Amino acid sequence: MKKSKTESTNNQDRREFLKKGLMASSLAASTSALLNFQNDDVEESGDTVELMSPEGEIVEVDKAYLKPIPDVPVDLQKAREGVPGRKFVMVIDLSRCKNLKKCQEACQKMHYLPPEKEWLKVLKMQDNDITSPYWQPTVCFHCDNPPCVKVCPVDATFKRSDGTVLIDTERCIGCRFCMVACPYSARTFDWSEPDQPEEVMEMEYSPETSCPAKMGTVSKCDFCPDMARKGELPHCVTACPNGVFYFGDENEDAVSNGDVTVKLSQLLKDKSGYRYMEDLGTKPRVYYLPPVNRLFPFEDEEASAEEGH
Amino acid sequence: MNQIENKQIQEELMPRKFGQAGKLWTILLVIVILLGGYFYVQQIQNGLSVTGLGDYNTWGIYISNFVFFVAISLVGSLISAILKLSNVKWQVPLTRISEMIAVAAIAFAAIVIIIDMGRPDRFMNVILKARIQSPITWDVIVITTYFFISIILLYLPLIPDLALMRDQDKGEKPWLKKLYRILALNWRGTELQGRILKKSVRILSVLIIPVAFGIHTVTSWLFATTFRPGWDSTNFGPYFVSGAFMVGAGAVICAMYVFRRQYGYEKYLTDDIFNKMGKLLVLLSLVYLYFNVNEYLAPAFKMKAHEVGHLNALFTGEFAPMFWSVQVLGMMVPIIVLLFPQGRKPLPMFIISILVILGAWFKRFLIVVPTLSHPLIPTEKLPQSALHYMPTFAELSITAATLAGALLIITVLARIFPVIPVMETIEENYE
Repeated sequence: MKKSKTESTNNQDRREFLKKGLMASSLAASTSALLNFQNDDVEESGDTVELMSPEGEIVEVDKAYLKPIPDVPVDLQKAREGVPGRKFVMVIDLSRCKNLKKCQEACQKMHYLPPEKEWLKVLKMQDNDITSPYWQPTVCFHCDNPPCVKVCPVDATFKRSDGTVLIDTERCIGCRFCMVACPYSARTFDWSEPDQPEEVMEMEYSPETSCPAKMGTVSKCDFCPDMARKGELPHCVTACPNGVFYFGDENEDAVSNGDVTVKLSQLLKDKSGYRYMEDLGTKPRVYYLPPVNRLFPFEDEEASAEEGH
Repeated sequence: MNQIENKQIQEELMPRKFGQAGKLWTILLVIVILLGGYFYVQQIQNGLSVTGLGDYNTWGIYISNFVFFVAISLVGSLISAILKLSNVKWQVPLTRISEMIAVAAIAFAAIVIIIDMGRPDRFMNVILKARIQSPITWDVIVITTYFFISIILLYLPLIPDLALMRDQDKGEKPWLKKLYRILALNWRGTELQGRILKKSVRILSVLIIPVAFGIHTVTSWLFATTFRPGWDSTNFGPYFVSGAFMVGAGAVICAMYVFRRQYGYEKYLTDDIFNKMGKLLVLLSLVYLYFNVNEYLAPAFKMKAHEVGHLNALFTGEFAPMFWSVQVLGMMVPIIVLLFPQGRKPLPMFIISILVILGAWFKRFLIVVPTLSHPLIPTEKLPQSALHYMPTFAELSITAATLAGALLIITVLARIFPVIPVMETIEENYE
């Protein structure tokens, strides 16, 4: 039963594949496809490339016929299993953060989030009156002992082999138990019909992209697994100009902030990495480096603006 | 002699057509339900955005109302199981009232939880994709079980009365007659039938007690299995169960008073029964008071960093007026008043029972809402509006409709079935 279901999704994917012109290059070899091309309103560029047809012949095709490969998300089965062999991990260096919120901007933009739906928050931390406050970018921690996954009654939120915790919003019943179970308040809810651009609405849904959003379901920071699958860094990591975020693979013991790639274990050792609310036993996959030897003095512009009034 | 008395008991206890007041009451309930239904349609169309809920206060009065319904439904097991098994004789006239309340409340507990769902269209996932490690799945299992046991426990002792109504030639509507005939299951009142019935009811009375503890303990675990301040407590199961018995007793006292006034049942729902229920309510309130002391004193003594905001909001802050009103009016005052024999007369008991029920409803609010207004993460940079929950009119209407719905079920049941068991009362009379 389960198998045939997967197969049918595969078939659908394949059809989608063809429709979207993914195989335009190889099709170019067959005559029928060429005939089709003549119907296409394409202006030949004169530049050609050599391609191999399904029959094994080398053919020359004008570059104008080539179409970019659209991003087709992996199927649900794969999205539930995770990227094989990986153990994704994040390190956030608090000594480099000055609350620029470029990370948040990128996250909102790339996931088409409205302003009130924040997957990435920059919290103002102050442990007590005497010690200095600091900024703490806070994402979903993709805990190894995830309270949210434990309480989900329908397996809509799940833990993958690569460490990420994702949500299948096509299964979520909207009970919001995971939201109260998460001690970090990482989860958001679509209280009304989400306002999304047309192209997002048309996207094929995958828990890996979290798009399109659906009314009455829970969502959260997903560690950008679609990017990770391609070997790229999450949007918050690349957007940060100060290199606050490191992302990588625990199995490879390597993390990168876009500028440098460092050994994870060494980084955590040298800079005394720790995890937020370690005492809860949730075992987050996000480590913090303490706000010592800071790059910037702490400044709370909003607060000082308020005082100025 | 007995024959005449029995006849009289029968006459007096038969269900009656609604009078002016009954009709008006029913119409009122239907209007409240229709208004709630209108807003629920809006909620289906526009999502839970019609409520005052948000990403921090993600549960509100739907959930606290759900806990209230589950709590009040425990009255069924209290009266018709715990009291029955402890050989308390005066509980007989209260069994049916308490089972009617239990069935109505547990049915609406289930409905309320569906109302709270973001995707009620995917309700079947709860069964088809069920994961046994989720406390919600436990709740679904145990509430369903309790619902069916409660229905059977309402129905079985009703069978002899149904036969009675089937056999009498009073001018009831034909469809009612037919209903009685079908439901009476060919009851002839033979000795064997009587024996089977007694035994079944006894088995169910034993069975329902662990299930009753189960529904409210599991409901408390929806909160206690999280890390949230005020919920992260090992005390929560017994705390919830004791509060449930207290409000259940309050509900049955309230219903007793209304039926006594409405039907003139002074002979059956005697002052003595009120007196005894009053004593029972004092006991249950004292147990609940004990758990309240446990629940608030120990955390308040420690004032852990995560709990400070929540505790201050309850004791002296935003929720303090509601908190102290509930603790004083909904618990202390009933205990004090009911300690005096004058306080255990029907009218003062009725007023006290209203206080207990209202107190219990707002107490559930105080358990659910202030906790979520105080998340574990620092709140300074969070949108402040998201940390203050105020239910919308739509949300209040829908909640009012569920309460009216439960009352309507009780009203309809009281219209078509005798609220005091006829045959059992006759039997009692012989003894």
